[in-house]
Amino acid sequence: MRIEIFNKKNYQDGRALKLIASLRKHHGILLRSIRIIDAYLIEGETQPGPSAVREIFCDPVTQEILIDDFAASRKIKGWDYMIEVSYKRGVTDPVALTARDAISLYERDESDGKGKEIEVSFSTIYLLYPKSPLGRDAIERILKDLHNPLIQEARITEHGEFAREKSADVKIARHQSHPPIARMKSSGAPGWEKAPVESFDLPSMTDSDLEKLSKDRLLALSLEEMRAVKNQYERADFIRRREKRGLTRAITDVELEMIAQTWSEHCKHKIFNATIQYSEGVEGGEDREDAEAEVINSLFETYIKRTTERLKGKKGYLKSVFDDNSGVIQFDEDHLVCFKVETHNSPSALDPYGGAITGIVGVNRDIMGTGKGARPIFNTNVLCFAYPDTPERDVPERLLHPRRVMDGVHSGIVDGGNQSGIPVVAGAFLFDESFMGKPLVFCGTGGILPAKIMGEDSWVKHIDPGDLAVMVGGRIGKDGIHGATFSSLSLSESSPTSAVQIGDPITQKKMLDFLLEARDRGLYKGITDNGAGGLSSSLGEMARQSGGVTIDLSACPLKYPGLLPWEILLSESQERMSLSVAPDKIDSFLELASRRDVEATVVGKFTNSGVVEVLYAGIVVGYLDLEFLHNGLPVMKLKANWPGSRRVLEQLDRVQHNLTKFGLEQLDRVQSGREASLMRPEIKDTLLSLLQEPNIASKERLVRQYDHEVQGYSVIKPFTGALEDAPSDGALLKPLYDSEKGLTVTHGICPWYGEYDTYNMAMCAVDEALRAHVAMGGNPEEVAALDNFCWPDPVLSEDNPEGDFKLAQLVRACKGLEKACIDYEIPLISGKDSMKNETEIEGKKLSVKPTLLISLMGIIPDIGRSVSTDFKKPGDYILLLGDTDVHLLGSFYHRFLLKRGYKAEKGNNWKLPLPDTGRAKKLYTKLFRAMEHGLVSSCHDISDGGLAVAICESALGGRVGAEVFLDAIVASRDLQSDEILFSESPSRFIATISPEKLKDFLGQMRGTRTAVLGRVREDKILRFNFKEKEEPILELELSEVERNWKREI
Amino acid sequence: MKVSTCIVTGYGINADLELEEAFRRAGSDPSRIHINDLIENPGQLEGFQIMAFPGGFSFGDHLGSGKVFATIFKKNLKERLEIFIERGKLIIGICNGFQVLVKMGILPNLSGRWNQEVSLIHNLSGIFEDRWVKLRINNTSRCIWTRGIDEIELPVRHGEGRFVTRSTEVLNELERKNLVTMRYTEKFDTVPGQAYDRSIHDSSERKVNAENTWNVPYPFNPNGSVNDIASICDETGRIIGIMPHPEAFLFRENHPRWMREKVNPENGLKIFENGVNYMSES
Repeated sequence: MRIEIFNKKNYQDGRALKLIASLRKHHGILLRSIRIIDAYLIEGETQPGPSAVREIFCDPVTQEILIDDFAASRKIKGWDYMIEVSYKRGVTDPVALTARDAISLYERDESDGKGKEIEVSFSTIYLLYPKSPLGRDAIERILKDLHNPLIQEARITEHGEFAREKSADVKIARHQSHPPIARMKSSGAPGWEKAPVESFDLPSMTDSDLEKLSKDRLLALSLEEMRAVKNQYERADFIRRREKRGLTRAITDVELEMIAQTWSEHCKHKIFNATIQYSEGVEGGEDREDAEAEVINSLFETYIKRTTERLKGKKGYLKSVFDDNSGVIQFDEDHLVCFKVETHNSPSALDPYGGAITGIVGVNRDIMGTGKGARPIFNTNVLCFAYPDTPERDVPERLLHPRRVMDGVHSGIVDGGNQSGIPVVAGAFLFDESFMGKPLVFCGTGGILPAKIMGEDSWVKHIDPGDLAVMVGGRIGKDGIHGATFSSLSLSESSPTSAVQIGDPITQKKMLDFLLEARDRGLYKGITDNGAGGLSSSLGEMARQSGGVTIDLSACPLKYPGLLPWEILLSESQERMSLSVAPDKIDSFLELASRRDVEATVVGKFTNSGVVEVLYAGIVVGYLDLEFLHNGLPVMKLKANWPGSRRVLEQLDRVQHNLTKFGLEQLDRVQSGREASLMRPEIKDTLLSLLQEPNIASKERLVRQYDHEVQGYSVIKPFTGALEDAPSDGALLKPLYDSEKGLTVTHGICPWYGEYDTYNMAMCAVDEALRAHVAMGGNPEEVAALDNFCWPDPVLSEDNPEGDFKLAQLVRACKGLEKACIDYEIPLISGKDSMKNETEIEGKKLSVKPTLLISLMGIIPDIGRSVSTDFKKPGDYILLLGDTDVHLLGSFYHRFLLKRGYKAEKGNNWKLPLPDTGRAKKLYTKLFRAMEHGLVSSCHDISDGGLAVAICESALGGRVGAEVFLDAIVASRDLQSDEILFSESPSRFIATISPEKLKDFLGQMRGTRTAVLGRVREDKILRFNFKEKEEPILELELSEVERNWKREI
Repeated sequence: MKVSTCIVTGYGINADLELEEAFRRAGSDPSRIHINDLIENPGQLEGFQIMAFPGGFSFGDHLGSGKVFATIFKKNLKERLEIFIERGKLIIGICNGFQVLVKMGILPNLSGRWNQEVSLIHNLSGIFEDRWVKLRINNTSRCIWTRGIDEIELPVRHGEGRFVTRSTEVLNELERKNLVTMRYTEKFDTVPGQAYDRSIHDSSERKVNAENTWNVPYPFNPNGSVNDIASICDETGRIIGIMPHPEAFLFRENHPRWMREKVNPENGLKIFENGVNYMSES
């Protein structure tokens, strides 16, 4: 049965209006109207009757329902084109699943069982009414906007064609049924007819065989790693034990895949744990054993873990760092909070919507799988794209246009966050040409959990021998197989499309509600999420705690038959968690799951055998020593070569060379030519241009689509001020209804500085996150941070001749991170790295800029003392806090000059921003005290674009003007006016203080650089004066600020 | 004894915790109960005096906002709910909960037979938005939930909040029976206590029909609701549906401008207090 639903003619469809506007705006395609039809194909033996269907599917007030193929397209007149879009076979379609569940729930008490054999396919039909006939190009563009051919099908029919054909001839979308895919190959594994398993005799393989095997099966294992596996399968005692379990010395595909997944870069962070020989200033990158080379045994241990360990004594609030799915700190006596940030770059490059939605619901599961299970209370996301207005011709053939990437990712975050009921409270949008190679999609989630659950410490999991291994949530399909190994490779023409999937927030929300109920009733002991690597990863990790596990793949619930055993183990089907449940609790656990309509299945048992044993149809198909699985991985040895800043500039030339081949706009670069001293552009023009720059401009239209206040904790929202449209520095939540204690969430990210030196970039990112926290009133001593690295491939090889340089950039970023965290006493509690952020096209790499995101959460003792960025009252004094220097290298102003064809001047000595942590720390501490005393009316951190942009934003927030005198700024050297206005010196704020509090405030801030610049004015005019000139050097009206800053990006 | 409130949860409802907190602060004794538990043991409804349908994305709003939840609830619990209403008890639906009540036909229920007469459909903007709106409360309404409030600011957080009616007759009847309880407004400029001037909607210059007549421009009317309707009640005044979220404004610091203005102390809590006080007095 096919049913079709559409709005009655007199009820305008908001979705259609939005689409018409978007096609006009982005493509200049003019449509009079669009009608949208939702079509459901219901197949199976127990079909619902027409009245049931009417009741379930149709809103009788505004919609019509027709039951027949293309009945709606026949009934609705006057259209010229019909486009039907549906998901391809095997791609999860949440709408179709809901339709099936709805029918099943509706019919539940009338038939004896549930749902029976019903399958539902869903498609959306767009009937187009163009103003004039559409050309081929226009149709192509519309199709591109309406679907992603990787995961969706779109069929277009012209009206004439449709009218001629009988409806039966028009193909009907059908995709949810999954016939088994026969792929069973014969092999020597015992009992293979029952258990379709391939096996490989590694001991008899040559090196090239090993390499071929790794490549053919997308294992992403190096030769050295393959050799380590081979060695294990040559060990006599291991073979003897295998034989007792009915296996031979040949490795099964189940084992091989599990090893590859466990050893993937994604799971084991091989580069971050590698032994690195780091040298500076070595010319040419030749293989020179330099005496000065520094040997770093694991970047992670050296710069990240040790940093936190050094701070542990001072930071009593650390509870669980680096061990669990997220970092956990104490919030108050009875509550803990945790935070995790993940990236989902590769999937988002292929399918922006699906990649982002699985990114956000995936990181939610990290929180659900922290300790005994935390409840997610906020999401964050930082999204990096190429400029959305990039001309089509500059986008390489195989890549999606950045606007489509941005729109898709944004919609994924909107649906993922909003439907989960977890507010998106903070984040950022960044734009840079280099993100054409891969978009960066950082998804973060924070959670809360009671300090004790049934008398036990909540952050400790228990997984004991004898506990049952239970899988909860969605079923297993072929989705996302090889996600873990895939993300460890760069994107190329052969990237597997199975890595793409669509998350379903509602299935997950059901599971979350159930898990929290089960947790509070003490029905389970340990929990972790199923993300990359699926059961292989989750059970493999949990087994380390008990000392072993036996997994029965035949017990796993499947979406459809036809999965091979290794596919069941590796599948990354979404919305699943793995738990340890005591045998005496299993009945109550399963009973509650069934009452909550959540699938839960016992899929194995935890042991202390030291072995991971995998069964299928009663036969052992995998037998791996836990020790080997987790610690048998050889340590990678890598070279890093930092040529020094002078050489970096030449390196940049090379990068640029690669990019121009694809017709991308030339990367900005520094030139030191003597000829370059030109008149700089007019200051006002510069400022207005900076306000329009997409990185700085308002993102309100996008951010308003995130629910940022569900759960009721919101105190500082993304936008603030008289008309709620000026930017905040971060988020502030009150996570407990009965406490005035606040939790801040902020970010720091500045990839542009990394072009010159990633050391400065890392320090500045830490400083940015911390100063945003302080700007809101946060205590600089009660913070914890997360580090997320997204890097281009830093492994030197023939294909990657700049690998040693990129690795040196990574080393330097780690050094900067350590320095900033130690100086500011910021413990790092969790982090992640993503290492192959580039796309290969015709053998050329399009690489992202090395990017480090710092995400920070911190404490504000009393939310009543928190401070927002908007100027409050005319007459308030405007102060600049912190030191201003010629920190203009890599600044937005610098890049603006380069884009306009200006060149940096010889001898201007512009510096790359770098915080003076000693002075900054003092400033932060004093400012926090001043805010605690209620002395500060507004405070805005100065970052992208510098002082002038910050003043504009704060003035816009207050809908007021300002008059400032830049001479009040005492600098270490003489600064020109443009340098003062646009310098990006870190650790600075614009604050306003009411006149009666100025004296107290200045007293409080003694010993820091505090300059009174001027006052807030009522007249909505911004005036900047300099050097006693009669005329202000810059004067503009607030309306100009608003118009330029709010220009849609 | 405290007034007991049943907060229905499950299948993607997500604003239940703050709604529970709202009723607790209002002096009630709320319980969050999964819809499956209600279906399994419908008798427990008798123990409650208030039913509350929270916001969220029940069933992902996939077949239309609140649609599947409404269908399942009505199919299994209609009789119980009728008895609940007959006994003079209270019902409140917020956002997704309002959509559920509307699609079950409980609101406005002009026919008395639970036929769906109005709907909440995709915003004219075509997008989900989170923004605070100004609302004028109809204080001539008999609705017990909105008593004593003239105006209030609350956040909307929805993609399908555009209120429409089946016909112009239904719209006229809603207005004639004075069942509109809140309207979006651009400014608070009325003298407190003065009733909303409905004549602006009867202007002959304005094309009046069931789905597009409004006086307040976007984004103040955030979704294009007819007659700027944000909330309605039934003829008893005991059942209310509200598109914005009063449970998202329980303390001063929830307000977006609390740092720069004296925030109207009349926050969202008053609505819940009205309900709880009504039940404890009756």
